[in-house]
Amino acid sequence: MTSLLDTLFNGLAIGSVLMLAALGLAVVFGLMGVINMAHGELMMLGAYTTYVVQNLLKTGPLQALFPAYILIAIPLAFLVSGLAGLVLEKTVIRRLYGRPLETLLATWGVSLILQQLVRSVSTAFFIGLVLALVLGLGLPRFLPAAWLRQRWSPLLKLGSWLLAGGLGIALAALAGQTRQLRLPWFSARNIEVTAPQWLRGSIEVAGVTMPTGRLFIIALTALSLIAVHWFLQKSVWGIRIRAVTQNRSMSSCLGIPTDKVDALSFLVGSGLAGVAGVAVTLLGSVGPNMGGNYIVDCFMVVVLGGVGKLLGTVVAALGIGILSYVLGSGSLLLLWPQMPAALNSLITFFATTSMAKVLVFMLIVAFLQFRPAGLFPQKGRMVEA
Amino acid sequence: MDRPSWLRRFGPWILIMAAAIILPFVLPPFRLNLLGRFLALGIVALGVDLIWGYTGLLSLGQGIFFALGAYAIGMHLQLSSLDSGQLPEFFGLYGVKELPAFWQPFSSAFFTLFAIWIIPALVAGLLGFLVFRNRIKGVYFSILTQAALLVFFNFFNGQQKLINGTNGLKTDTALFLGQMVGSDSMQRLLFWITVVLVIGAWLLCRWLTRGRFGDALIAIRDDESRLRFSGHNPTAYKTLVFTVAGALAGISGALYTVQSGIVSPQFMAVPFSIEMVIWVAVGGRGTLLGAVLGAVLINYAKSLISEQLPETWLFIQGALFLLVVTALPDGVVGWWRQGGPKRLAAMVGIPPTAATYPSLDGDGAQQADKKAIAAKLESGGTP
Amino acid sequence: MTALLELRGVGVSFDGFRALNDLNLSLAPGELRAVIGPNGAGKTTFLDVITGKVRPSQGEVLFQGRSLLGLSEHRIARLGIGRKFQTPRVFENLSPRRNLELAVSRSSAPWELLFGRLDGKSRDKVQRLLAVVGLENLAHERAGGLSHGQKQWLEIAMLVAQDPVLLLVDEPVAGLTDEETQLTADLLKQLAGDHTVLVIEHDMDFIRDLNAPVTVLHEGHVLCEGSMDQVQNDSRVIAVYLGQATD
Repeated sequence: MTSLLDTLFNGLAIGSVLMLAALGLAVVFGLMGVINMAHGELMMLGAYTTYVVQNLLKTGPLQALFPAYILIAIPLAFLVSGLAGLVLEKTVIRRLYGRPLETLLATWGVSLILQQLVRSVSTAFFIGLVLALVLGLGLPRFLPAAWLRQRWSPLLKLGSWLLAGGLGIALAALAGQTRQLRLPWFSARNIEVTAPQWLRGSIEVAGVTMPTGRLFIIALTALSLIAVHWFLQKSVWGIRIRAVTQNRSMSSCLGIPTDKVDALSFLVGSGLAGVAGVAVTLLGSVGPNMGGNYIVDCFMVVVLGGVGKLLGTVVAALGIGILSYVLGSGSLLLLWPQMPAALNSLITFFATTSMAKVLVFMLIVAFLQFRPAGLFPQKGRMVEA
Repeated sequence: MDRPSWLRRFGPWILIMAAAIILPFVLPPFRLNLLGRFLALGIVALGVDLIWGYTGLLSLGQGIFFALGAYAIGMHLQLSSLDSGQLPEFFGLYGVKELPAFWQPFSSAFFTLFAIWIIPALVAGLLGFLVFRNRIKGVYFSILTQAALLVFFNFFNGQQKLINGTNGLKTDTALFLGQMVGSDSMQRLLFWITVVLVIGAWLLCRWLTRGRFGDALIAIRDDESRLRFSGHNPTAYKTLVFTVAGALAGISGALYTVQSGIVSPQFMAVPFSIEMVIWVAVGGRGTLLGAVLGAVLINYAKSLISEQLPETWLFIQGALFLLVVTALPDGVVGWWRQGGPKRLAAMVGIPPTAATYPSLDGDGAQQADKKAIAAKLESGGTP
Repeated sequence: MTALLELRGVGVSFDGFRALNDLNLSLAPGELRAVIGPNGAGKTTFLDVITGKVRPSQGEVLFQGRSLLGLSEHRIARLGIGRKFQTPRVFENLSPRRNLELAVSRSSAPWELLFGRLDGKSRDKVQRLLAVVGLENLAHERAGGLSHGQKQWLEIAMLVAQDPVLLLVDEPVAGLTDEETQLTADLLKQLAGDHTVLVIEHDMDFIRDLNAPVTVLHEGHVLCEGSMDQVQNDSRVIAVYLGQATD
């Protein structure tokens, strides 16, 4: 009995991280149909925000707040990832609505850039980047307006960006002469976030040891879920988002500003990725590559749950989480000691984290053979169109 | 203008043949090896172009088939240099005493020659059939292929006792035809084999994409259900073309392995399979030349940049993804063929020269008229 | 005379909404039939059922005496049922000629397209159809660049190239000029006789031009059938179209 509860708790803990990570994707992909391959990197930004908040509060005048740094990090991570998502939407995704495969490739490109950005960024790099962006965006303003309406204007713009980039790199190289400025902020190494004291203990209920860190993640997930549900069902903008999801042109005719709705949905979805990033820091060290570990799992959750259904995401995330834990830990063997030898050896074969993933994904793909639209498919005649 | 038609027709081929024969004696072995590897990658790119460029199916799981072909040759080379009764060395580390059953057939070179492309083709065919039968398409297809890729990656990564897990199989010190696979003369031979196979793959793809079969592929990309209502079964086409792409990926993987000296589960890493798409995208989706060119050029750029400034490569690669999606949707070859250079020239003030009827250009009276009109215009009159 | 196509008590529901409800309809070979009905009457769903895109929850669909239920779209198309969609759907990245070449080779398995060449008869047919719809000069351009009317015509030509027994034509004159509408009506009238044609349209003048029996659909059900004059004077039809309360 205890081992069963133990298994369920651990499965729930894994599932809730997955759910939190997939929640943002359920908004972005499920509702808007945008494939954001940089979702994992937005999570990473959230994780790095937590790291920065932790380091800022460790010493200095705000030291008194240190025990609560993780609580402070949550809204900040939401903001950082949300704003990054907003910029992504405004600059890239906006141009690609209705072209999902192109969006997939473009956001993959963005994810590569973000990964390398956190590895490379140093004060010198940052100064150069800011200069390049300011010049790139600002240079055309100083040019005679007539120059921007010529046949060769695209070349001029390209040239000004190249110039801006070159100057940025030059400045970064110059600043990089100083050792202090050259030092990378994070480097390619993994970063460690130490959980505050109050998240390091554990509670024992009915013989099951529940680490408070895990409980915190479960609570955070539940809160986020309730918040998203409330936002989508009750708030004005949530209702607008759902309206645009169902019929974009009709919504636009009714005066709903669809571009604002797109931007907002993306901000919320990306922000949730940031919150998930905070949760991930409690599970262990994180690095620039962490996004890749989550992105496919998140997509599997959303696809398995059925696109556009929050309930589907919840069920799928918990299902995958519990199943992965049960298979990966081999706890079935503990729960049922007298199982037949053939089954026993089969389960032992899959009883590692990566082999459990193999089996779970195979089961999902097999499941989609029978229910291609997922657990909770959207019905009606809109589906085909 | 008046080049003889045989020169126009065979000229490029003669150049390619000459280059292929001369290069191995000109390039240092290291560079030649790189070129051979990248040409091998051109074959998998041709498959990606077939399914994505023409048919519109974005597979993010071509690494599976690439790695299956690679492992097939890797296993054979592990066995081929052993005396009978011996086991590949790594088995000893995990206490395996007997060769696993699925290794047995790979000791035959004949079997391996077919396994390289038939196994990936079968896996692709089965996977494709299951997915296409359920009309899973668009991004769902992409996500599912990526999930399948992770399944294979985790499986190969986790199975030390079966295929040496993370470490992969080394091939460069193996013996093949009595020579070390990594030796210079062997590498030269492998380069030529690669060139021949790239050309073969290119001809195969050209044959598939010309004619009504190719039209049907483009029709699937444009409007699959319209094709269905015209009495064609898209599932059959898609499965077939996905199978062919899988076979090409397998051949590519095998050739890549013997030239890089190792096969490992990294061939099935998620980023590698997406990179294949960017080669095709940069070269030009829907153009076969673009696929090969893109694979070679991008990988050459990657190896050069990674040697000099390793930390900038991901920035450049990321920017390339953004660039081809937003500014160069048809890639370099597509841009060239659609008159891109002319448009560029027009931007800097070189007017495009319009094609006219050659018969008129050659007509003396016509030209005399033209000159007269031009002279009149110059002197300020009206023609 | 046995019916070519027969729908018996067909019902379709989407998530509780009944798009078709006990629909009965029968078409004789060689007939030209017009189907009208207000928006949401289930006209397009009705075509979806025949062509296998939607599976009815009740009823039976018989074509030449054989049931179509459970057959996939391409099999139904190969039996000789062709369909033109509401909005013109052609293969935009292929030329009109190649569009037609694909349509003319229905029932070909992939390897036949790969190894077989188009026979002379089919090539003549493609050429003739290009001439009929006035696309000879544009035969090698991208179909995506054609005008709306040209795409409509190309799609009708593709339908004819398929050489179906039964043609299902959904709003063939939407967005066409009066002259083009007239030409389309003539074309469809020509086709009837050799083929059985079922036309769905909103344009009443066009239906009148066709001079064919009319079936009126309302709320997924056949409201009445008859000639255009009969139908137009039917009180139920007037009620449905003008929104008066029926008693």
